[in-house]
Order: sequence, then structure tokens, then C-alpha cells
Amino acid sequence: MTVNMGPQHPSTHGVLRLVLELDGETVHSAAPTIGYLHTGIEKTAEQKKWQQVIPLVERMDYLSAQSNSMAFCMSVERLLGVEIPERVKNIRILLAELQRINSHLVWLGTHGMEVGAVSVMLYCFRERELLLNINEMIAGFRLFPSYIRVGGLREDLPRGFHDAVRAFLERMPGKVDEYEDLLTKNEIYLKRTQGVGVVSKDDAVAWGLLGPIARAAGVDYDVRKVFPYLGYETYDFSVPTQSQGDVYSRYKIRVAEMRESMKICRQALERITPRGVYAIADPKITPPPKDRVYTEMEALIQHFLIYSQGFTVPAGEAYVPVEGPRGEQGFYVISDGTNRPWRVKSRAPSLLACQALEKLIVGGLIADVIAVIGSIDVVMGDVDR
Amino acid sequence: MDAAALVASLQQAVPEAALETVPSVDLHPTIYASRDHLPAVARALRDAADLKFAFLAELTVADYWPREPRFEVVYIMVSLVHRTRLRMKVRLSGADAHLATVSGIWPAANWLEREVWDLFGIVFDGHPDPRRLLMPEDWEGFPLRKDSPVQIRRPPHTTEPLQVTAEEFRQNLERDRLSRHE
Amino acid sequence: MGIESEFEIPVLTTTVEKMVQWARRSSIWPVTFGLACCAIEMMAMSCSRYDIARFGAEVFRGSPRQSDLMIVAGRLSRKMAPALRRIYDQMPEPKWVISMGACASIGGVFDNYAIVQGVDQVVPVDVYVPGCPPRPESLIYGIVELQRKIAQQRLAS
Repeated sequence: MTVNMGPQHPSTHGVLRLVLELDGETVHSAAPTIGYLHTGIEKTAEQKKWQQVIPLVERMDYLSAQSNSMAFCMSVERLLGVEIPERVKNIRILLAELQRINSHLVWLGTHGMEVGAVSVMLYCFRERELLLNINEMIAGFRLFPSYIRVGGLREDLPRGFHDAVRAFLERMPGKVDEYEDLLTKNEIYLKRTQGVGVVSKDDAVAWGLLGPIARAAGVDYDVRKVFPYLGYETYDFSVPTQSQGDVYSRYKIRVAEMRESMKICRQALERITPRGVYAIADPKITPPPKDRVYTEMEALIQHFLIYSQGFTVPAGEAYVPVEGPRGEQGFYVISDGTNRPWRVKSRAPSLLACQALEKLIVGGLIADVIAVIGSIDVVMGDVDR
Repeated sequence: MDAAALVASLQQAVPEAALETVPSVDLHPTIYASRDHLPAVARALRDAADLKFAFLAELTVADYWPREPRFEVVYIMVSLVHRTRLRMKVRLSGADAHLATVSGIWPAANWLEREVWDLFGIVFDGHPDPRRLLMPEDWEGFPLRKDSPVQIRRPPHTTEPLQVTAEEFRQNLERDRLSRHE
Repeated sequence: MGIESEFEIPVLTTTVEKMVQWARRSSIWPVTFGLACCAIEMMAMSCSRYDIARFGAEVFRGSPRQSDLMIVAGRLSRKMAPALRRIYDQMPEPKWVISMGACASIGGVFDNYAIVQGVDQVVPVDVYVPGCPPRPESLIYGIVELQRKIAQQRLAS
């Protein structure tokens, strides 16, 4: 029997279409169709100036927005050849790890709800509101702050930032224990997830699936440890791995990653001073503060030039890999020496996860399809771009 | 290992390949390979003991229209064993835009090559499934080429053509009914 | 819309009309049509902080045949447009559509070949909610406006 899990479906995490051939409840073959959210972001980005691309790329993988913008900014900064101040690096690390916790909370909530534990979603989104409050504090916007810019940050941290983050970090570990209480030893959850959707170590690498999926299969690769960036080598954290490669191990990995992220956040928070430098001092890239724009002529001219024609980036190409919540992420940026990018290509971990989906669900039950799609954590905005 | 050692090792594994190194500003040494030797080079990159680039991170294309050669296919790969990265590029001209597939060597390349075909129109010889990936099946043109427009003012299609004829539908029902009654 | 009136003078249905309007607007059940980032804000709206259940939208039904409202949350690509139309056609009368976010209303940030510049090219929209993505409170305001609109809809067509 052929069943179409169409683009509109409560459990497909967005617009993914699966045409399943079933024999009773067992899946014989699956044909995923993607492209229902194709937005042409890469083509649009070629028409915008460098700073204008940042809101576009944030909307690609909409659950790890600040990871996206950070990866893009790092690629452009590598082309520019500028070195970011230490304080900015620490703030970026803090925001990236908070974003990782945010993304894993959404994953846990939706995955739990699909497997049947509906209350997990309400718990996770409750904590997520605290994170969104922090986003709102720094930039006024909940989901896509566009706070990380080329050259540093948009403006300095607001008053009360340290207290808010500290309050969140105090509250969170107890809440993660609550989520684990609900699921980790829950017999129904164990029966539904153990031995389901198994990926072997070699398959994970061959299919391009680095990230929590490969770490659940035993591949010890995390970009933050192997190709460290932004000073991650000075932080004390570990990378959890498991060996079974099934849905349950992926769940355990992501919960452990949430705890590790909180560790990194605490260390980063210590190193960040409440006020200080927030961007490089290059007048062509960083706009001057507003009070100077209103009083000084040079600042006004600088402000006008930056916002009307932008800055130029030397010709060349760069790709800086970053560990996003879904795996290795990065932006391959080609510049032709003008103030617009020539090509922006995003490495989408979700696309390769979708490709591997066929292999993971064949032979399983149709109920397992839902659990597996949830566990590989696809974000269709990233798949289709 | 640094760029020079990498290229030397690769040249040793595939002596007839014409490899060219260019400077790069990021973690990736960049080499240019020629289209004809691509399958051999890719296999050597994955299998040679001191290379072992088992993980293909990215497969994409840059379109340099109107300059010739027009396309540059870019492969970014990672060696987990040796903890290095590499960027390999192949130049293609606009009139003759096809090259061999690497999906037999790195299975991850399957959909990445489909996406390249969909958005740029580059044919991958030997690809098991050359269909469009992101655009609708009946789309004409290759959107990400530089001579293709960004904005299209055209009302959207809201109906899909019927995919089975009435006769095929009746046959499907009959077959289903028979298979369930055994 | 809804009940066809066969009476010449619709005065016989006024009290019934008020009751039907109250019933309809107090129990609008949406169908899950989250496409992109706006879907995350829609999910946040249905969770405990911005609880939409207190406004009547108790459950998000998976099937369009059992729902009244379609919140088009997110950017509509050309490939998805036929699916949207089909889901809209499958919903029974009375039905309403909220276009949530800038991308659904007008194409948003993405003025290019792949995105339909406004969902109203495909389905008729009752309420537009701007934002990128709109805050959950904006969406709740949109639903309240829709409820006000329903309160004025007559039964007699």
C-alpha cells in the first residue's frame, strides 16, 4: 500500500513529503521529496550588501539563528582578514551556546510530543521563553536578533544581561533533570526508541551526518574540539558520545549537550565584562555610536557610507566550519571584491540528514518513522534554503 | 599535514592528474583538479592511507558568467583520521558542463549533485537519480545561474496535473483488492 | 455563508444568528499549517505562556476536514502552492484564513523566483498579521480580530 505523508503533516517537522510503500505496518521503501520551502536565499543574498545578508541567513535554519549568523560573519571576517576582540569572541560563544540550548529545547519538545509525551512540549517551551527574553533584551527581537554582525556585534550588552543569564543558568539544570525524569527511564519511551533508526559509524561518515547523529553512533567529532574557533580551546567542556546509534542514544546525546552548553555558558559569563568593546574599530565596517553621529560630521559621513554602500570585501573565498546544533555548519562565501557577495552557499546538515532518512526508516514500522524523523532533527528551512 | 605534503601525496597516488595549488585564507588548502581525472583523484582522496578524506562536507558550484571557464565545482572534504580539511575545485566551461559523479565514492554526494543539477544545470554522468531536488518538477531553467532572473512575476500554479489516468487508478484499486484478499 | 437562508426577511434568524456566531467564534480550531519560522511562534503561542486555548483554539487538528481556521504560518514557495490550495479546498465551510507573518502576507524579505508574493494569490485571506515573525501576542490579536469579524457575519447570504 502506498501512503503519502504529505507536505502538510503534524509530525514531519515542516514541509517534508514522504511517499511510503507499506506492507501492513512495515515500511518497504520511502521516497522523500523536499523543496517545498525553497526560498532562493542564496540567489537573493547575491543582490544584497554584506550586512544585509545576515537577516537572510538567520532565516535559513530558523532554530539556530545566531549560529547561522555567526558562521556567516566568521567567513566574511576571514576574508577581510580582521581579528575580533577577545570580549566579542566570548559573547559570541555565549550566544551560540544559548542558541544550542534553545534549539535542543524545541527538538525535545516536538520530539516528545510526537512520540506521545505531550507535556514535555509545554515544559520545554516554558524554559525557552526565558531564552527568548534574553534575545529580546539584547536586540528587541525574539527569534532573529541579527545581533551578531560582521566585525563584532551590533551594540554593547544591555544592563541586566548578566543577571538574566545567571538566573537562567541557575534555573535550567533542575529543569533538565525534570525532562530526564519524564523520559529517560520511561518504559514506553524506551520501547519506542531503543533499537530504532540505527546508524552505524561508517554509515554516518559516508552519508555526511556529522553532529549529534554521528556522535550517537560513536564518531568522536565535534568542530569545537577538532578545528576550534573563537577560543573554544580555552574552555573546559566535554563532548558526549554514545555507541548504539539509535533514537534513544541521540536523545541522550542532546540532553548531555544541553548540560555541557550550560557549563560553557557559565565560563563565558565570567569572562565577559558588563561594558566594553563590542566591535572592531574599523571605520569602514563598524558604524559609529548614535550620539556621535548626531554631533560630529565625520561620524555622520561614516554612518552614511556604511549604510548606503556598505563595505567591500577583498576577492577570495572562505569557509569556516562551526558546530551548530545539528552538526557541522558553515558558509562558503565567495567575494569578487565588491560590496555584494558573489556566492553564498550554506552547508546544510539537515539536507544530508534528510537524505539518510530513506535508509533509516526502511524495514521499520510506520510508527518508527515519526520517532526517527524527530530524532534526526531536520529543520526544513535549512534543507531547502 | 600542510598543503604541500597533501598535494605531493595525492600526486603520488594519482600520477597522471594535473593538480594546481592556489593560496587560501582559511583552514582549507585549495587544489584544482581536471575533469577527466576526477574519479581517480576522488577515490585516492578517500582511500589513500595518509589522506583518508572520508567525509564530504560540501559539493557546490560557483558561476562566474560571463568569464570562461564559467563554472567551478567545489568539493570540501574532511579527514577525521588526520584532522585536516581540503577544498578541491574543478573548472568547467559553460558549453560543456558535465562531469563524472562521485556519489559512488561518497554517498552523501547524491542529493548534493541533484541540487547542483537543479540549480545550475550541470550534468553528472552516471548519477543514479538525476531529478530536480528543490524546484518543482516542471520548472524550466536553472535559477542560480547568473543569467537567470531573481524576480519572476508570474502567478503561482495552484493545480497539479493528474498523475494517474482513470484506467491506471482502476487497475491500482483492483490490484490492491486482490492482494488483500489472499 | 454557512446556513443558506431561504426566508425573504432574515428577522426570524437574528437570535439564532447571535448564538451561531458566538459558537463559531469561541471555538475556532486551526489546522496545522506551519511552514517555516512563523510556525515556531505559532507553537509558542499554543504553549503555556501565551495560551491560545483560553481564546477557544483548543486543539490544532491535523486533518483539514475537522478544522475551521487555517493559519498560513511561513513563506509559501511555488512548489507548495498547490498543496496549500488543496488543503484549503478540503476544509469544510465555514472556514477562515489568517495569513501570519510578512512572508505569507506579501512575500516578506524574499522577493524572488521561489516565493509566492502573498498567500492571497492562492487562497482568500481574512486577517493579515504582520511581523517577521509576529510576536505570539500579535497573532492572538489577529485571532481576536477574526473573532470580531465572525461576530458580524450574517447567516443569511
